[in-house]
Amino acid sequence: MSVRTLPLLFLNLGGEMLYILDQRLRAQNIPGDKARKVLNDIIMTMFNRKFMEELFKPQELYSKKALRTIYDRLAHASIMRLNQASMDKLYDLMTMAFKYQVLLCPRPKDVLLVTFNHLDAIKGFIQDSPTILHQVDETFRQLTEVYGAISAGEFQLIRQTLLLFFQDLHIRVSIFLKDRVQNSNGRFVLPVSGPVPWGTEVPGLIRIRKPSDHPCLETVPRCHTLYFRMFNSKGEEVKKIEFKHGGNYVTAHKEGSFELYGDRVLKLGTNMYSVSRPVETHMSGASKNLASRTQESIAPNPLAKEELNFLARLMGGMEIKKPSGPEPGFRLNLFTTDEEEEHAALSRPEELSYEVINIQATQDQQQNEELARIMGELQITEQPRQSTTKGDDLLAMMDEL
Amino acid sequence: MVAADSEGPKDPGIRMFRRERSIPLQGSAAALCNNLSVLQLPARNLTLFGVVHGPSAQVLSAAPDGVPLAQRQLHVKEGAGVSAPHITQVHWCVLPFRVLLVLTSHRGIQMYESDGSIMVYWHALDSGDAPSGTWSGRVLVFDIPAKGPNIVLSEELAGHQTPITDIATEPAQGQDGVADMVTADDSGSLCVWRSGPEFTLLTRIPGFGVPCSSVQLWQGIVAAGYGNGQVHLYEATTGTLNIQINAHARAICALNLAPEVGKLLSAAEDTFVHIWKLSRSPQNGCIEVEHCHSECVSDTQVCGAQFCDPSGSSFAVTGYDLTEILRFGSV
Repeated sequence: MSVRTLPLLFLNLGGEMLYILDQRLRAQNIPGDKARKVLNDIIMTMFNRKFMEELFKPQELYSKKALRTIYDRLAHASIMRLNQASMDKLYDLMTMAFKYQVLLCPRPKDVLLVTFNHLDAIKGFIQDSPTILHQVDETFRQLTEVYGAISAGEFQLIRQTLLLFFQDLHIRVSIFLKDRVQNSNGRFVLPVSGPVPWGTEVPGLIRIRKPSDHPCLETVPRCHTLYFRMFNSKGEEVKKIEFKHGGNYVTAHKEGSFELYGDRVLKLGTNMYSVSRPVETHMSGASKNLASRTQESIAPNPLAKEELNFLARLMGGMEIKKPSGPEPGFRLNLFTTDEEEEHAALSRPEELSYEVINIQATQDQQQNEELARIMGELQITEQPRQSTTKGDDLLAMMDEL
Repeated sequence: MVAADSEGPKDPGIRMFRRERSIPLQGSAAALCNNLSVLQLPARNLTLFGVVHGPSAQVLSAAPDGVPLAQRQLHVKEGAGVSAPHITQVHWCVLPFRVLLVLTSHRGIQMYESDGSIMVYWHALDSGDAPSGTWSGRVLVFDIPAKGPNIVLSEELAGHQTPITDIATEPAQGQDGVADMVTADDSGSLCVWRSGPEFTLLTRIPGFGVPCSSVQLWQGIVAAGYGNGQVHLYEATTGTLNIQINAHARAICALNLAPEVGKLLSAAEDTFVHIWKLSRSPQNGCIEVEHCHSECVSDTQVCGAQFCDPSGSSFAVTGYDLTEILRFGSV
């Protein structure tokens, strides 16, 4: 599958995460300066140059487990803490939102516009921080450089790779259900009306070309057939016939902008939480789809080591500053009450557990040592390859999960 | 001769097709193109279906009424490689003396006996290649003996610069210049080949910046489905574009033919499956097309569709995330 998928996956999921955190920070009445600090710290960590360098290297996508570990770390890049249940819910919402956006993209290339929508909104969160703004613009430039040159066929492959990542996820999201973009069985609604993708013609027309030296016998058209003749400049006779397509499409009137600033036209990837609404998830329980996924996650994973290496590389570039000074941390709750959060933790279906990579869960002692070694090599500052307490932080954090 | 519009009947009582019993799948279908292969075995009263889930593919058999009988899961052969390989296509190749089941992935090509029970051949793609190197656009031609595993790579055809998306063949008519094979690629280019002791390139049809995901060949007519939802019909020997159909609102994922009657099926990510009738004008031999039927598979991004019998009176559909094969039969 495509080795150019990870930056798009990471940035869009990250964007959704920020939308949700922003909404919850407000819903929980966290003081403005604290909320801004949290978002700033996370965005600064996300767009760190070294981290972006690792991200943009051509590579296959890793498992949801591995990716979830990165977001765990990212969400804890500041003074905010999340319990496991809230982190699970956050990740559920992020993944279902981006799955929806990928599925509904008119053209495969439009996933880039979705990414730009997220970046535009992220810049809105950090308006007062020129340094971070510059980092985000840098990433924008990198995206344009990498994805500006790739073909429609490669974008189709990226789309397929993303859909493979999201396959069998059917968590019902209350906002999607209310807006009727998701059915009660967790499947998204695919409308058969509206504008066609840019570069596609409205279905329903058959164009017949006949070379001018071919004698054409006409028959009386049937009463419900529309046809008219046109002659093009080559003297080829061209006929047009209409057929009933079944959908209700119209022409697209504008293409979204791929520039640093511009009207993206596409609404996918913009903040759907800006009107403050409580967001709940429903775990869609017993389902055949989940059974097949459970099998995959239980089977011994021969890639565990590759994934650990991947995590080490990526998080190694993730320069997370230890909280300086007496800044008090706080806990964010993705649920309306603490009781709800506790209940969610207890009642989360086994098959939907993300099983964040956890030292204690690893049975192989050798793997334990390998992970400890890798974590020990993580960087904390610009100087490369310093042994670090950051590795201990990471281990400690993972043990808590 | 004017290609007539067949208006969808307003009275549902005279619909051409109706939903029939679905066949459950163990794993959902992956969002790949041409993600359904069907092997019709009328002599044994069976139909075989093949669907790619991701790291595995499922091959199953069903009775004529759709009752599933047996199933098997196939995986990519173990080997050196960084990440878990995904299967890219499962497809039955019907040859004069035998039928082979072919499984492709970035690691290589695996060939099995038609029921998937025994792997008879494995062709590794260069593991040293960067992933794009393995999709170099080469068409590999294998000599298949009537029995046994003595399969040999006999030719590599160069004609494409971008990854191959689909290959279509038609039994050789025996005349000079009559096309036998069409190959399509990611850039939308098509190559038309004539078979023989070696394959000869007859003509090349340029793309227009949009991938061609699926291609079919019938009586000298090339039917090609593209990422912009269009179906093009070309004269195979000359490569001339004869008919351009604005068939779908999203990328086409599959085309299939019922060769006995010249019915063409097109399926796309816009949730629609359309059935067309191809023909040649008896007066001047011009290619003609008629729209016969449209089927909306609600809220389903279709990824595979195939006729289940040579007269095109039934077809099956797979969709991304769907854990069943949908079946439609003529009323």
